[in-house]
Amino acid sequence: MTHPAITLSDVSKVYSNGTVALQHLSLTIGEGQFISLVGPSGCGKSTVLRMIAGLGKMNSGQIEWNGGHSQRQLAFVFQEAALMPWATVQDNVRLPLKLAGVSYSASRAAVAEALELVDLNGFEQCYPRELSGGMKMRVSIARALVTKPEILLMDEPFGALDEMTRSRLNSDLLNLWSQKQWTVVFVTHNIYEAVYLSNRVIVMAARPGRVVADVAIAAPYPRTEEFRLSPLYGEYCREISSALAQAANGQDGAIATSNQRAAEYA
Amino acid sequence: MLRYLTALILELQNLLMGDRFHLSASSDRTNGLVRMTAKPVGKAAGLPQLRQFLSPDLLAPVGVGLLVLAFWEVAVRVSGIQPYLLPGPLLVLQTLVSEWGTLFPSLIITFQITLAAFVVAVISGLLVSVLFTQSKWIERSFFPYAVILQTTPVVAIAPLIIIWVRQVVPGDNSTFVALVICAWIVALFPIIANTTLGLNSADHNLLNLFQLYKASRWQTLLHLRLPSAMPYFLGGLRISGGLALIGAVVAEFVAGTGGTKSGIAYQILISSYNLQIPRMFAALLMTTGLGVIIFVALTLLSDFLLGKWHESAVQREN
Ligand SMILES: Nc1ncnc2c1ncn2[C@@H]1O[C@H](COP(=O)(O)OP(=O)(O)OP(=O)(O)O)[C@@H](O)[C@H]1O
Ligand SMILES: [Mg+2]
Repeated sequence: MTHPAITLSDVSKVYSNGTVALQHLSLTIGEGQFISLVGPSGCGKSTVLRMIAGLGKMNSGQIEWNGGHSQRQLAFVFQEAALMPWATVQDNVRLPLKLAGVSYSASRAAVAEALELVDLNGFEQCYPRELSGGMKMRVSIARALVTKPEILLMDEPFGALDEMTRSRLNSDLLNLWSQKQWTVVFVTHNIYEAVYLSNRVIVMAARPGRVVADVAIAAPYPRTEEFRLSPLYGEYCREISSALAQAANGQDGAIATSNQRAAEYA
Repeated sequence: MLRYLTALILELQNLLMGDRFHLSASSDRTNGLVRMTAKPVGKAAGLPQLRQFLSPDLLAPVGVGLLVLAFWEVAVRVSGIQPYLLPGPLLVLQTLVSEWGTLFPSLIITFQITLAAFVVAVISGLLVSVLFTQSKWIERSFFPYAVILQTTPVVAIAPLIIIWVRQVVPGDNSTFVALVICAWIVALFPIIANTTLGLNSADHNLLNLFQLYKASRWQTLLHLRLPSAMPYFLGGLRISGGLALIGAVVAEFVAGTGGTKSGIAYQILISSYNLQIPRMFAALLMTTGLGVIIFVALTLLSDFLLGKWHESAVQREN
């Protein structure tokens, strides 16, 4: 395995309303890995990313940054595009540089390059409302890339997109990843997407949020459409979906559902 | 007379319908253009508001208003009611023209009070809201007092304010300052309430993003909270503009004949003492007109500032 970039050990997070979002979660993220987190809704995937990004305090455990990495090299792509509606595409992408105090002229090249990466040149002067959902998402990705991050946290970035846009953005992302040698932590609901993209898929279970399976996807890159049709691909998908089903049907899962039902009746 | 009126109304209706057709045709044309060019909305964004003013949405209520006025005029003439009880609209109009020389300077004074109060309210309201969002504690401790300021009837405290201000500011300006303070009290709250709400409703993902990039408090305020608050703030302006005028007029009523320079409320009072009811109506008409102008001006300002991005001002094609 590659050198660890980020190590989460024994991380627990309890929200102020008492929800145990994460319990004793340990995870080592290797340098240059493409890791996907899958799991049922509410199992704490977003919380993992938030903890890594330093948004909100953990209740216990620690997150270590190794190999000269730090939170500074981090970029976060949220589930929604989260663009500033009052700013043009260009100004939205420039935001991280502006906050870092980089001047307009000095940031010009980086902004153009980031927009080029997501194939959005020519739309610099548009406002977010003039863009389609997929384009907004790409602006959001460009904004994350403009600081030349080494670690990319993505929270279901393609969740709201149609299948075609999603698969195009998937292969674009893979291309970029292999060029730039990023470390990516990618949250998704979609098992097929996770298997197609990642070299490691982490399966999580809910209440309390924890890791139940860690599946290495040994298929070589670059991955093409052929990989999607290969028996190996199907095998991985089956393995992960059965891990998910087990987690949902396990003892914890049963308790959680009956608790939930009780809460609904209350 | 009546037949003439119906003909006029029919004419007006035709005009409205004709206008509607004309408008839809022209908007179709812009749609066509938009589809063909790559950069769609940009320029058209400022236009829809202008178009709104000419649309049936505005012409219809104007038609209703004219109808009511016509009915009023006819009723006054037929019933033979005395002008000192209820003057007809035509007489009011005549009086407005003949009394313009005495009424308009008064209106200007009222407008000056309103404007001064409004500007002070905008600046102070904005500052207070920014202060509120800097700390939950400041907001918690002071917001109730803003509410108290709002719920205190200005009529009740105006005499007090006038007396106090006279102690501090001697001479002619004292009444002016007192009236500005009264109008300011009335105009302040909507700005505070709206802007505070706006500053606090910045998108939480964007707030996280700013935190992630280690944005300073000042950067977050300048680049995120203030722009997010803009639509709310402008909404507050529209309410507050009208309230400043009402506050000024009410305070003038309380001040009565006190000052040497007297506003429109003074003219209304004097007219009613002298049973110059048509003149009173004319002054009232001017005040209302001023209120409408203020509202329209602030709406245009709001649309101009939000035109490029906010849903309320943008003409969407989907
Ligand atoms: N701010 C919060 N306050 C209280 N509870 C929260 C908060 N955010 C999340 N939670 C709870 O923590 C748990 C994990 O939430 P999280 O958002 O990490 O889930 P998720 O796996 O990302 O779900 P989804 O796939 O639906 O996005 C959930 O049960 C949720 O109810
Ligand atoms: Mg989530």
